[in-house]
Amino acid sequence: MKRTPMYGMMAEFDSPTALVAAAHRTHEAGYQKVDAYSPFPIEGLAEAVGFHKNRVPLVTLIGGLVGGLSGYLLQYWISTSSYPVNVGGKPYHSWPAFIIVTFEMTILFAGISAVFGMLALNGLPMPYHPVFNVPRFAFATKDRFFLIVFASDPKYSPAETRRFLESLGGQAISEVPD
Amino acid sequence: MDHQQESTTNNQTPVIEPGYTFGTVTDKISSIVLTRPTSSGWFVGFGVAFLLTMMMLYAIGYLFVKGVGIWGVTIPIGWGFAIINFVWWIGIGHAGTLISAILLLLRQSWRNSINRFAEAMTLFAVSAAGIFPLIHVGRPWLAYWLFPYPNSMGVWPQFRSPLIWDVFAVSTYATISLLFWFVGLVPDLATLRDRSTNRAAKIVYGMLALGWRGSARHWDRYETAYLLLAGLATPLVLSVHTVVSFDFAVGIVPGWHTTIFPPYFVAGAIYSGFAMVLMLAIPIRKLYGLEDFITELHLQNAAKVMLATGLIVGYGYIIEAFMGWYSGNRYDAFTLWNRLHGPYKWEYYALLICNIVIPQVLWIKKLRSSPIALFFVSLVVLVGMWLERFIIVVVSLHRDFLTSSWGMYYPTRWDWMTYIGTIGMFLAAMFLFVRILPMISIFEMRTLLPEAEVKE
Repeated sequence: MKRTPMYGMMAEFDSPTALVAAAHRTHEAGYQKVDAYSPFPIEGLAEAVGFHKNRVPLVTLIGGLVGGLSGYLLQYWISTSSYPVNVGGKPYHSWPAFIIVTFEMTILFAGISAVFGMLALNGLPMPYHPVFNVPRFAFATKDRFFLIVFASDPKYSPAETRRFLESLGGQAISEVPD
Repeated sequence: MDHQQESTTNNQTPVIEPGYTFGTVTDKISSIVLTRPTSSGWFVGFGVAFLLTMMMLYAIGYLFVKGVGIWGVTIPIGWGFAIINFVWWIGIGHAGTLISAILLLLRQSWRNSINRFAEAMTLFAVSAAGIFPLIHVGRPWLAYWLFPYPNSMGVWPQFRSPLIWDVFAVSTYATISLLFWFVGLVPDLATLRDRSTNRAAKIVYGMLALGWRGSARHWDRYETAYLLLAGLATPLVLSVHTVVSFDFAVGIVPGWHTTIFPPYFVAGAIYSGFAMVLMLAIPIRKLYGLEDFITELHLQNAAKVMLATGLIVGYGYIIEAFMGWYSGNRYDAFTLWNRLHGPYKWEYYALLICNIVIPQVLWIKKLRSSPIALFFVSLVVLVGMWLERFIIVVVSLHRDFLTSSWGMYYPTRWDWMTYIGTIGMFLAAMFLFVRILPMISIFEMRTLLPEAEVKE
């Protein structure tokens, strides 16, 4: 008998407190591949599902450094070697006058890196995702809170995981088809 | 979350009226876009704004055919309405960034219900501002020469010029404002995707939502990126009007060449921006029944910011006058005398009344909590801030160093049509925005509810 491959087991909770508690207990029970979904950011939820490596600040820093350096070097190269113009006897390398464009380029590149870095690390845009197969998941953007244990988790077993999620007080537990 | 609790209990007027849940907040804001029938008032308002936009396009089209000679700009007043309106619009935009970025960093939770439309206001104001320098360059089809790009002429921009700094500052500001606004919208677009019943709306909102699903990992990166953007936008917004003021202050024209300009321009920008926020918020909350979300507290706080920045602007006027006398520079002294007694003295007195005298009524709590009074004070401030830029640009230029090159500035009907047209364009964009996008950030409003707190 062939079964459709499963993506995971999803349970629904009705408050952020219940979701964070459930996520903690799932992690303590030895499940490693877990995620939670909520209609607004909840402090401590990412740690509860075992997420610690947030690389957005690093991407932003690199973007800002690249922007600032390229902004300054561009002005330096243009003003001293590619197209030197004598303006009121000021030196070709008038560094105080170059600060503003350097600053703006730093902000521009850092901002673009923060946004597109965040989207890339999140794997967005992603129009299709298995969790959208659960009809009640539409409430994850309104007032319901969801916890999922992925089928790829070594401890995952359809019957056992379902019982475990029930013991946490999860409602409307359903398997998510891949 | 503690500070949010505190701010709701300590103040008499809460940031959100009690009794709402995650579901009702979502429904109330999303229903404006999804289910509420479009009122005839909306069509009339949008129609008028659209006609004004067409008038602007006509005026600009005629300008492209005839050239800047159709405007009132002459020598010595080479910077007329175009630069006045550019500075006015870009200043208005500043309040949106202040609300969304600076107040986020200062953990002012009351910003959550006004940041979305204030950011939209920023975006549309910057778009209106951007038109003016482009059409003012005379040959707008060559405006891309302002950017450094390798070209067959072998020519590059001159980076010691404030006008080039301005290009970088304003284009960075427009880009970052757009990103900030869009990132804030993504989770709400996902809400609209999941709530709408219309298939076309589902597809459009779905594509714009980028597949957002509210994963804990995503939220964590999202909040980091949002906070970093706020941290980047804060010095940016202060730099933009500083750079705009350099367009004047780096020049040697009396009345422009002062070091007070950067802080005084930034304060003036926020002053006029909050006036525009109030002029938009007061009718919107009334017409769409959003008094529970945009409460009296928001109006009062905005009024206090206006009062404070207005006093900074007043300080700027005093220092300008003081320096005109104290510097002993006869040209500076003449500029001061000319403002008070010259041919544009009535504009200068009107400016002092609009920006300094009338807004002092905001000290009275009763008037601060009256939406109608606030609406009219805001209107007065917007007029006053426009007059301030008129005084700075025209009065400083019209009396050159030699009496033989003195002149007067008379705006033509094309100047007025372009200016009023941009107001129409701004309003048309606002009308479309409140109709098709959530004008209050839904997910940030959810975090203000007491249930959003995780109890140990």
